Amino acid sequence: MSRPIISDYKLLAAAGTLSLFGVAMVYSAGQTDTPTAVATVYRSQILWLLIGLGFAYAVGHSSVRFIEWMTTPLYLFSILLLALTLVIGKGAGTAASTKSWLAIGSHRIGQPSEIAKVTVVLMLAKVLSSQRESARSLLDLWKPALVVGIPWLIIMMQPDLGTGIVFIGIFFAMLYWAGVPWPLLILIASPAISLILSFSVGLWGAWFFILLALVLWYRPYLIEGIVLMVLNVATGVVAPLMWEKLAPYQQNRLKTFLDPTADVRGSGYHVIQSKVAIGSGGLFGQGFTLGTQKRLAFLPEQHTDFIFSVVGEELGFLGVTVALALFLWLFLRITQIAERANDSYSSLVAFGLMSGWFVHVLVNVGMTLNLMPITGIPLPFFSYGGSFMLASWLAVGILMRISGEGRGSALSLRR
Amino acid sequence: MSFHPNDVARRARMSSLALVVGFVVLVGAFFRTQVLQYKQYVLQSEENRLRPIPLPAPRGIIYDRHGEVIAENLPAYSVSITAPNVDSLRSALSQLAPTLQLTNNDINLAIRRYRRAPTRPTVILPDATIDIVSVLEEHRLDFPRLIIQSVPKRYYPDGPVVASFVGYTGEVSESELNDPKYANYKPGQQIGKGGLEKQYESILHGREGVRFDEVDARGRPVRGEGPRPDLNPEGAPPLYTNIDLDLQKFTSGIFADSLQGGAIAIDPSTGEVLALYSAPSWDPNKFTGGIPVDYYKQLLEDKRRPLVNKTIQGRYPPGSTFKLATSVVALEDGLVGLKEHMPVPCTGGYQFGNRYFRCWDRKGHGSVDLEGAIKHSCDVYFYQLGLKVGLSRLIAGGISLNMRDKTGIDLPEENPPLWPYGKDYYDKKYGARGWSNAETLNLAIGQGANSQTVANMARFYSALAMQGQAPRPEIAHLVPQRKQIFKLSQEQDSVLLEGLKAVLEAGGTAGASAIQGLTLAGKTGTAQNPGGADHGWFVGFAPADKPKIVVAVLLEFGLHGSRAAHIASAIIGHYLKVGPITATMDEG
Repeated sequence: MSRPIISDYKLLAAAGTLSLFGVAMVYSAGQTDTPTAVATVYRSQILWLLIGLGFAYAVGHSSVRFIEWMTTPLYLFSILLLALTLVIGKGAGTAASTKSWLAIGSHRIGQPSEIAKVTVVLMLAKVLSSQRESARSLLDLWKPALVVGIPWLIIMMQPDLGTGIVFIGIFFAMLYWAGVPWPLLILIASPAISLILSFSVGLWGAWFFILLALVLWYRPYLIEGIVLMVLNVATGVVAPLMWEKLAPYQQNRLKTFLDPTADVRGSGYHVIQSKVAIGSGGLFGQGFTLGTQKRLAFLPEQHTDFIFSVVGEELGFLGVTVALALFLWLFLRITQIAERANDSYSSLVAFGLMSGWFVHVLVNVGMTLNLMPITGIPLPFFSYGGSFMLASWLAVGILMRISGEGRGSALSLRR
Repeated sequence: MSFHPNDVARRARMSSLALVVGFVVLVGAFFRTQVLQYKQYVLQSEENRLRPIPLPAPRGIIYDRHGEVIAENLPAYSVSITAPNVDSLRSALSQLAPTLQLTNNDINLAIRRYRRAPTRPTVILPDATIDIVSVLEEHRLDFPRLIIQSVPKRYYPDGPVVASFVGYTGEVSESELNDPKYANYKPGQQIGKGGLEKQYESILHGREGVRFDEVDARGRPVRGEGPRPDLNPEGAPPLYTNIDLDLQKFTSGIFADSLQGGAIAIDPSTGEVLALYSAPSWDPNKFTGGIPVDYYKQLLEDKRRPLVNKTIQGRYPPGSTFKLATSVVALEDGLVGLKEHMPVPCTGGYQFGNRYFRCWDRKGHGSVDLEGAIKHSCDVYFYQLGLKVGLSRLIAGGISLNMRDKTGIDLPEENPPLWPYGKDYYDKKYGARGWSNAETLNLAIGQGANSQTVANMARFYSALAMQGQAPRPEIAHLVPQRKQIFKLSQEQDSVLLEGLKAVLEAGGTAGASAIQGLTLAGKTGTAQNPGGADHGWFVGFAPADKPKIVVAVLLEFGLHGSRAAHIASAIIGHYLKVGPITATMDEG
């Protein structure tokens, strides 16, 4: 391969600007009136960024075929690491009660789930691209479901709802990109939608009829249709009834399982302080490093999960818009890379990586404004954290490679 | 899998659309929060970090008529604390308890204050000693939430001398906080609790200021210049009173420690209260910043009842001082001639039905006219005058002379005097046939169902001094308020005046209290006291022809009015600077 290392300046510019912006915000997050350990973490963040750039460079030197060849071992290795967390896992930050960190003794090494996000995308792309026919029925999807399902289950056992949501987002996005018909996607999602809508009989009833119509129109296998409808009834009607029957302490246990941060004191306070910080930033913000909510320690986890609140408080609506525009630019560029990729594997990898980041941004940024539940997932390129920075730049490297190998226009990607 | 370029391009378009929509929604949400709701969140952010520290305003200084200070403010230290919740307050208090010498009661009090106003610093010690303050300053870092403030503290230079009218200040109580009248008050604030301090609270309290401290999420103050300018407290304007502090001191000196009772001195033309004293008194300085339990107990248990104001709260049968009221009623209705003698001369008593009513002087006064009857305070004359007037008219007359009304003096504690509202009063009390016309005889000489405050008798005698114009006694009001309570002819007036003058002449009941070079007019009285020795009254004015001062004195257990007259004439002499005072105080 004789292509240049920097094959995609736009991609590099977007990711690089975001990373520098992020490091600046991590630095600012440490500037509090009562200095804490956060004051110096920006140095490690810079270090992680440099290491990440090295990773990206190395990956950019390889080839897509090599990555594809490595996919299965990498995937299995990350599953192994994930499984290890269940045994020797540690928690941190807003998710202190979970076991998402791999640790030896009290020393935390890293979060395997961040690496798994990349390897699952690779594995899923490999499985999906190897299927010649588009999935028509649910049974056709058992392989991709298994690829995502195994790590997802492990992550839910840690438990880490936020990362679980990211995996689901990646799964659906990649199925969509692979050409799985949208009615089928809705059918897959239907039991979960039933569960969400089950709080209202009217809403659930309406949803049930829409689903029935969809099943009759799309005509999946009879047995699949029946199983789906039964599942929907089970989650939409039976689950709430069973929920009622549970003792309050059992309900609480389930709640804490689903959302470890939903403890009594924590979450409400965090979100309120975050909204106050963002709101008081106004149009132009209180000035870099000068946010009072952050300075006076009202803002929790200001260098990790709530770093975007610092952006809002100190740089205002203007800074927020710039940051979000950079993300949008990056994601649109990656979508373009996916569209122009040389083969379906590359295309799927690009789109999968982008969708993972998108879910991260949506959930993390939404959380700071209380539009999303607090699930404790970081903001790509911004939140302080080594594993995620490494994984993100690893992904950038892969994307550079794919972009470099892809052509300037859409080609027949069939192999 | 379907990877036809057209399909891929379509999916890319849809995905890009979804991305744009997602980001537009996010940007919109930030626009709403940061631009549209900006003000609300800025306010919340400031509420978060700015801790308002109230700065108490100094209370208005109270002056006497010559500019002497009655009440002022001294610097003191208050200790308060902020807390995010009750538990943290409780633990902080128990940590501080040994240093501050807090009792359980103090702690509970502080917690109650906190519950009422959790965002305000909770006052722990309203008046800390300098020792405690210096110890706390040393441990400042251990208790970052502690606030030590220099606050004005009420001080009365003459303490017990002025307690009877000035009242005292203290922390606003829970029942007061529940009162809509005190809706603007916060726990821990000082408030007028009695006397002028309470009466003129709205004027005297001034306006509290605020200092803003910047604090971090744990409530620790952050160093640096004030984030917002202080709102300085506004001191209240001074309150000028009609009190003559010199006369007040003199009055209190006469009562000294042994005598108990009350005295009030009024300028009859305006109602200005020159002196008002109730003996024994108490020290309002000890009440400031919380009444010490043992001192309060001692006052409550004192049989002389120092906490009852004997000029405006205590009610005593007016005795012979009331005979002037009987006279006024009879004269106004034209029921008695000026030189008229009663059918039965005084032989030391009067037979009414099957009861014999004694005159106070068993030797009897013979046949006297109105002037003589006043001079000698002849009961027999007034029994018959009362019968002439009749019960209904006597009661109605007393009512029109305001014998049932408060004087309206500007003190919150005043009690209304007791006087029947009509004949029905007796029907109701004793049953329609349970009482006889003998009540008329009792009322006519100031006994029976009649209890007056010293202030009200002073008011009535002011009217006697001013041709029926009764002024409202005013300690601090600036606009005099007068009311014509009776109207007599010039001749009738002068007969009463001559009678009152004669009281203080040789042979009069208060002849011994005369002052050389000054014509006094007045009347003694003895209030029968079923519970012990009789109370002595004297109400009078001087100079008799152009009255400048009316003095009413009640001596509890004073037996009869002559000793009260001594006190009154001493007060009058001191005020009018006529001396030497011949009255000698024989105590015991």
